[in-house]
Amino acid sequence: MAYSAKLLDYFENPRCVGEIDNADAVAQVSNPVCGDVMKLWLKIAEGTITDAKFKAQGCSAAIATSSYATEMIIGMNLKQAREITKENIADALGGLPGSKMHCSVLASDAIREALKGFA
Amino acid sequence: MQRIYLDSNATTPMRPEVVAAMMPVFTEDYGNPSSIHWFGQQAKALLDNARQQVARLIHAETSEIVFVSGGTEADNFAIRGIAESQKARGRHIITSRIEHHAVLHTCKELEKQGYEVTWLGVSSDGLIDPEDVRRAIRPDTILISIMHANNEIGTIQPIEEIGQIAEAADIYFHSDGVQSTGKIPVDVKKLKVELYSISSHKIHGPKGVGALFIKKGTILKPQLTGGGHERNRRSGTENVPGIVGFGVAAKMAREGLESEMKRVSELRDRLESGLKTSIERIHVNAENAPRLPNTSNIMVDFAEGEGLVISLDLKGVAVSTGSACSSGSLEPSHVLTAIGKTPDEAHGSLRFSLNSTNTVEEVDYVLEVLPRIVERLRELSPYYKRA
Repeated sequence: MAYSAKLLDYFENPRCVGEIDNADAVAQVSNPVCGDVMKLWLKIAEGTITDAKFKAQGCSAAIATSSYATEMIIGMNLKQAREITKENIADALGGLPGSKMHCSVLASDAIREALKGFA
Repeated sequence: MQRIYLDSNATTPMRPEVVAAMMPVFTEDYGNPSSIHWFGQQAKALLDNARQQVARLIHAETSEIVFVSGGTEADNFAIRGIAESQKARGRHIITSRIEHHAVLHTCKELEKQGYEVTWLGVSSDGLIDPEDVRRAIRPDTILISIMHANNEIGTIQPIEEIGQIAEAADIYFHSDGVQSTGKIPVDVKKLKVELYSISSHKIHGPKGVGALFIKKGTILKPQLTGGGHERNRRSGTENVPGIVGFGVAAKMAREGLESEMKRVSELRDRLESGLKTSIERIHVNAENAPRLPNTSNIMVDFAEGEGLVISLDLKGVAVSTGSACSSGSLEPSHVLTAIGKTPDEAHGSLRFSLNSTNTVEEVDYVLEVLPRIVERLRELSPYYKRA
């Protein structure tokens, strides 16, 4: 599998790993087919994501995209965060093989799931 | 970076002696073995010699070896060849759920053509019960195809016992010997097989060449028709350089078999016991079954196989996994599924497969880096709680 150097860096040195105590929003999404899972914790203040952390169990692409997206949404307003697509995340990390696209990019679903109760 | 290759069930490095034997065949002894002139006869002699070397490795007669393009062709030839030559007698085939895809998909293809296939299950150690084979036999059974050793978990099947059952019932018996040949002793007479597939590149020979053992008197429908090469069994000008390399690899495999088995199994055991000591919550698949000396398939809880493979690769270590995340189909390994593993369990599988060029230092390097990799991935997992 040919992964980009950037993706491998996010896999080996993932940013924003961990849990947030007293998080304002939490979501866990998984892929029922392959078993990859991502859990996301958010702190939200005045319509803006002020902090985000994640944990994930899955392939290198799942971990790298989860980390990248978690880092990316810090500072975004909720509308911007909800608009993030699997493609945005994959493209930013140099693209993913077709089969990996649907299974391993869990972050965009996790973000939307976490923000469900918010206006 | 130091590169360590522990994926020898996928392919092996060619031995220098193999390469050296092949080189003049490209540029000097390049004749077509079917030609009657000097060049052709030189090539013919090389071909005959290689055939003898390969035959000896599995205790076959020289005339019983047919060279093909590899293990996949050998499996296809054996199964389709019998299916077509025996269809007047019956259309029932017995095989297992843990066969290599070359057997699995060929049998599935035959199902579409109106053949009936019994897919035998295996124990949690990956073993086929010969009694299951006996019970599956019907009056219209024409072929039993059971692999000798499994490529993923290394389980060695009771081929001799199945061979006796097949012989008593007068049914053709094929065994895929791609993983067993060169790793454990193989005697096709003792195994009582009519057909046995072998591959060159799994035993330090070149890719693109293999052989099918066809016991004298076995009628197979040729799958490639043309100039009638290989005694009218497989047409196409022989891959002489490849076959010469295969012959040398077979000779070396036979001569070094006992010492290599011992050496490789010591390395494998060092790896397994080291991992079990340094990493909690790992399981060795088929640990108590008869196993290939070079193969270790482990499952790591709270870590995913593709991520483990990529992490090891970044440290210079090449291994493989049966995780769904590494397959194009996103299905977990059919072998791990067949031995009763859930997709979640298969998710964390890692296969180490060694060869005689591996060293203690290489194994120790893996024992040094893998625990840290597992620890790192587990720290990322939302399911993992430190004990």
